Amino acid sequence: MRPTDVVQTRSPGRVVLLLCLLLAALGLSLFSASPADADTVGGDLPYQFVGNVQNNQKPLADVEITVQGNGYKATAKTDEKGQWKIGVPTKAAYKVTLDEDTLPKGVVVVKGGATTTAEFGLTNTKAVNFFLGKGERVTTDFFSQLFGRIVNGLQFGLMLALAAIGLSLIFGTTGLSNFAHSEMITFGALMTLTFSSILGWPLWIGIIIALVLSACLGWSMDAVIWKPLRRKGVGLVQMMIVSIGLSLAIRYVFQYFYGGATRQLPGATLPSTIRFGAVALSWVDIASMIISLVVLGGVAYFLLRTRIGKATRAVSDNPSLAAASGIDVDRVIRIVWVLGGALAGLSGILYAYYRPGVSWDMGFQILLLVFAAVTLGGLGTAFGALVGSLVVGLFVELTTLWLPSDLKYVGALVVLILVLLFRPQGILGRKERIG
Amino acid sequence: MIDWGAIFSNAAQELISPTTAAYALAALGLAIHFGYTGLLNFGQAGFMALGAYGYAISTLTFHFPVWAAVLVGVGASVVFALILGIPTLRLRADYLAIVTIAAAEILRLLFTTNTFDSVTGSATGLQGYKGGFAALNPFTFEGTVGFGPWQYNAYDWWIRLVGWIVVILAAVFTWLIMRAPWGRVIKGIREDEDAVRALGKNVYSYKMQSLILGGVFGTLAGMIFVLPRAVVPANYQTSLTFFIYAILLLGGAATILGPIVGSMVFWVLLSFFSGFIARAVAAGWLPFMSQVQAGQLRFILVGVAIMLIVIFRPQGILGNKKELAFVK
Repeated sequence: MRPTDVVQTRSPGRVVLLLCLLLAALGLSLFSASPADADTVGGDLPYQFVGNVQNNQKPLADVEITVQGNGYKATAKTDEKGQWKIGVPTKAAYKVTLDEDTLPKGVVVVKGGATTTAEFGLTNTKAVNFFLGKGERVTTDFFSQLFGRIVNGLQFGLMLALAAIGLSLIFGTTGLSNFAHSEMITFGALMTLTFSSILGWPLWIGIIIALVLSACLGWSMDAVIWKPLRRKGVGLVQMMIVSIGLSLAIRYVFQYFYGGATRQLPGATLPSTIRFGAVALSWVDIASMIISLVVLGGVAYFLLRTRIGKATRAVSDNPSLAAASGIDVDRVIRIVWVLGGALAGLSGILYAYYRPGVSWDMGFQILLLVFAAVTLGGLGTAFGALVGSLVVGLFVELTTLWLPSDLKYVGALVVLILVLLFRPQGILGRKERIG
Repeated sequence: MIDWGAIFSNAAQELISPTTAAYALAALGLAIHFGYTGLLNFGQAGFMALGAYGYAISTLTFHFPVWAAVLVGVGASVVFALILGIPTLRLRADYLAIVTIAAAEILRLLFTTNTFDSVTGSATGLQGYKGGFAALNPFTFEGTVGFGPWQYNAYDWWIRLVGWIVVILAAVFTWLIMRAPWGRVIKGIREDEDAVRALGKNVYSYKMQSLILGGVFGTLAGMIFVLPRAVVPANYQTSLTFFIYAILLLGGAATILGPIVGSMVFWVLLSFFSGFIARAVAAGWLPFMSQVQAGQLRFILVGVAIMLIVIFRPQGILGNKKELAFVK
């Protein structure tokens, strides 16, 4: 076990956001024209990392930045404007580290960690910035950390569950392992970004429009692609590969229109001011958990109590028998796609606040975790997906107590393989489904 | 104006490039898994990563000779196949798909993490492992030699020669075992697992052998893949597996020549298309598109191509419609 980690406690209302990563987008950032008086190391090298270290809009001088990778290492200190510039010999990925010991007292890196991996886009300059904020580097005892991780894990798990239930319902009713589900997740976040950040409409309107559009996306995916393919009698493995091609195509369509940058939704960087013992949460975190719980409750009510919901479970159980008892299977599948689209869109929006940030491949980053959740719970069982998601969410967060954070998804994926070894039908699955 | 000569010459070079050979070999391994046995392996990128890292790490960290480094990579992929196969080969096909894709991602994350930076080089990867391979080079000429668009130096010819010899040997080997009783059992498993089991064959064991064999092809492909470049973990994302699937489906899943022809067609067309779009954008023919967007079009195209092939010509260019891995 590693010694207790560094955890920040943030003072109310003061956490300051450093620069947005908007700039990284097409490289045409402010920094391409950044002044030459930034503290420069290796200025004659062809590729340049640049940055601006600020806290509360005040530049911080004498902060050490180290760039390392490809057998090259260089360190620069920020000047009185908080700027730094480090040249590197090759166009490749480098690790950029901010030495937290050189920050003034009471200032820490609050999001994303003090080390990031940066890679050049199309230009020879790349802006690297750190999210600084007020806080203290205090060590908390193991149980407070554990409690904090559990809360984060629940939040992440509930968010995963929204996506996983849709995926599981689609799998249950049509047998399709839908790899394009990740793009439905991204779509919700991108639409919120479009309406609330780019067009500047109020957030709640943006979210509602995004959810409606996500539902429409689900509907049209079924109407345009999957229903004709079912009619044509295309096999399940074939459909799965079609969904992989679809996922690839849509993902790069997103990148085509939105670029490769990570952008923030309004309010994504609210301070974590609400404290429960050792756990600090922001309003967005709490709202995210409440929304997830309410929506999951609604889905449970829909599945258990309404006629359509019962029909859905019937189709999931045995489509031919359901059709024979007068259920319109195609209509049920259509509804499942609409529901799955909206749920995936919602989980995408919540994920954009959890990460935080919206990017073209954000859904694809968690697709495997969603699949792991569905498989863990038992393929095709809606409530299994919920249980599986919570397990995966908790596991991802709890393993960071022992594993470095860049390995946090590994734990969840290893658990997936182990569960299949000992209980292949999943936690809530039934044995006959796996044969 | 558009430089058509450069576009065609670049596209022609792809025909025999080591990358094409590596993808062809990886696709051949996948043909054994998916085309002949019906196993949905979505972790071919993981096998390739094991080849690349197995070779590079044994050369750089342990200073092994070339043959030992190759053996380390192959051994690692056999172990990996066993780990994947034991929990999943008894289960339904889609479980293997999810587990293999997860396992390949685990490998990539382990190779990317900063924790093992001293061995794996983390996100920046490894280079400087080519000395042993270059020392075996029998070609000694200076400068570039060749004909038409294919002008390369001694090392580049050596990579191409070795790469394609391995591909040809693997293809001949696959052709031989698929005509043998072993191959008939494998194809029987694809068509009807229960029937084969009823004949007293150990289906589980055959599937495992198939998984290992195809995985070893993937591993060798991973080694060929890194000889002309550096080992970078970002190359082994799931999209690599999807590209190999695109090649396999294009050529024909249950064929020997399909993966090779598929890889050549895929890379030549992709190079031609990217070259044309990039130059068309530069020449101002497509004012609504930037250079970055032109680069992304190829991925969109690959995605759409996968969908269309699977829907409208599931047997691929060379395949036989009766022999489809898509039954069930």
